[in-house]
Amino acid sequence: MTVVQNLPLICFYAFAAVMLLSALAVITLKNTVHAVLALVLTFFSAACMWLLAEAEFLALALIVVYVGAVMVLFLFVVMMLDIDVEKLREGFVKFLPVGLIVAVVMLVEMLGVIGVHAMQLRTGSVDPAAAVGMSNTEWLGFALYTRYLLPFEIAALILTVGVIAAVALTLRERRDARYENASRQVKADPRKRLRMVKMPPAHGDESTAQEEPHA
Amino acid sequence: MADLFLHQLVLPVAYILAIVVPLIVAVAMFVYWERKVIGWMHVRLGPTKIGPWGTLQAFADVFKLLFKEVILPAKANRFLYYLGPLIAVVPALAVWAVVPFDSRMVVSNANAGVLYLLAVNSIGVYGIIIAGWASNSRYALLGAMRSAAQVISYELATGFCLICVLILAGSLNITEIVNAQAGSKGFFEWFWLPLLPVFVIFFIAGVAETNRLPFDMAEGESEIVAGFHVEYSGSPFALFFLAEYANMILISFLSAIFFLGGWLSPVQGWVHLDAPGWINWLWTGGFVWILIKAFLMSFLFLWFRATFPRYRYDQIMRLGWKIFIPIAIAWLFVSGCMRYFDWVSVGVGA
Repeated sequence: MTVVQNLPLICFYAFAAVMLLSALAVITLKNTVHAVLALVLTFFSAACMWLLAEAEFLALALIVVYVGAVMVLFLFVVMMLDIDVEKLREGFVKFLPVGLIVAVVMLVEMLGVIGVHAMQLRTGSVDPAAAVGMSNTEWLGFALYTRYLLPFEIAALILTVGVIAAVALTLRERRDARYENASRQVKADPRKRLRMVKMPPAHGDESTAQEEPHA
Repeated sequence: MADLFLHQLVLPVAYILAIVVPLIVAVAMFVYWERKVIGWMHVRLGPTKIGPWGTLQAFADVFKLLFKEVILPAKANRFLYYLGPLIAVVPALAVWAVVPFDSRMVVSNANAGVLYLLAVNSIGVYGIIIAGWASNSRYALLGAMRSAAQVISYELATGFCLICVLILAGSLNITEIVNAQAGSKGFFEWFWLPLLPVFVIFFIAGVAETNRLPFDMAEGESEIVAGFHVEYSGSPFALFFLAEYANMILISFLSAIFFLGGWLSPVQGWVHLDAPGWINWLWTGGFVWILIKAFLMSFLFLWFRATFPRYRYDQIMRLGWKIFIPIAIAWLFVSGCMRYFDWVSVGVGA
């Protein structure tokens, strides 16, 4: 009975363990493709933990956006690259102190933010979605498109600027590339390019022999 | 305790089996039907030897595949090589958890059903990419690359199409989306009418996402042999096959659910007869209707295959990015207006 009651907790620890191990694998695995796949697993476990916390929109959006699209493109790029692993590992000892300092600073900052926030949280605080009898996704939609519409639109605008900037930076005219003009291809008329000719059979009746263009 | 055991373990497993086993049989029969239909379209007979009219041909093929030797290419990545087909088949079966067959006939009537559908569907492409990379073969890698680019491109179009449906239905719950298409004007109540361009785009993007002809760039026999699964044999190959056909059937069901009123009857609101229950579904709706609709939609897959030549890679990208996505975005605004100005009636009461 206790196993069933504690099932969410057991699931939480299982997903958390998988997440930490796969996050560790991302930075320790030698093969870059394996590392990217470990990162996919990390995202997936994070999504599962969010599902446990009943934040289903965030969880599923994480899978759709990051696992389903961003990481596929990542994998795409990493598979194409010819990465020399030995060269990457050369500076490991040299940069280790710097890396450690950055890690410690980040840890302190995160502990500060999350720790202070956790102290302010009251246990048993009311879930705003449940309070108005909506599902998490529905409430998020209403909140984003009414109360937080301006920040939401600004975020969308910033993202659009980012997309346009990225395209502008990478798009270059290539003189040597040959492009197909699709609309010209679509407009091509088979009657102008192909003429059907009815040939008389070699030893057939001469009276039926006549040449006519295909209508 | 026994009660808990029943509800937490036995019943869910029974529901899952009740979906998966008929699905696998449906895949086998769909393969037979495909060979038969394409045979007729080519003025051939198709399979005729095994079973009456060749109906058991698909099962013979399955057993042949299962008894074949599984070959691991030299220098292939052993773990990922076997993981690929599994990752392809698991999402293809897992999505069926939220697909409703009737108003009460669904394994999980989840509130975020459409999101779950998109999320699980987007994982399937990893099976293809991993298989293509782990095979350690140039053809397989090329197939995987093409497939990744194609699926990403067409997923966007599919997503926009679904958003149009969500705007009209006002819910992420798939059962409620079907109920929103109920009404008194028969099949004119369904979303295919207000969302006609979106319906066409959704289905064509679905054909592209399942890597079926004329969008089968990932396999492209005449160019890259068989693409991502060129190195696979035996049961791992059978898993890829199962995933592809299960996804085709899924796209057919989704088209029926989102645009053709799911289990609703095409004569809803027009015909009211006092008849015994076994024939009532003809006008009140029932799971037979969704099966008929999905069967008709899945026939289109076979028709396309027998009719169209394969698209060129740049044509696929152009169609996805420059035609489908702009039209879908434009219709997003149109469906927003439909909803805001009440141009379409949604649900029974509205």
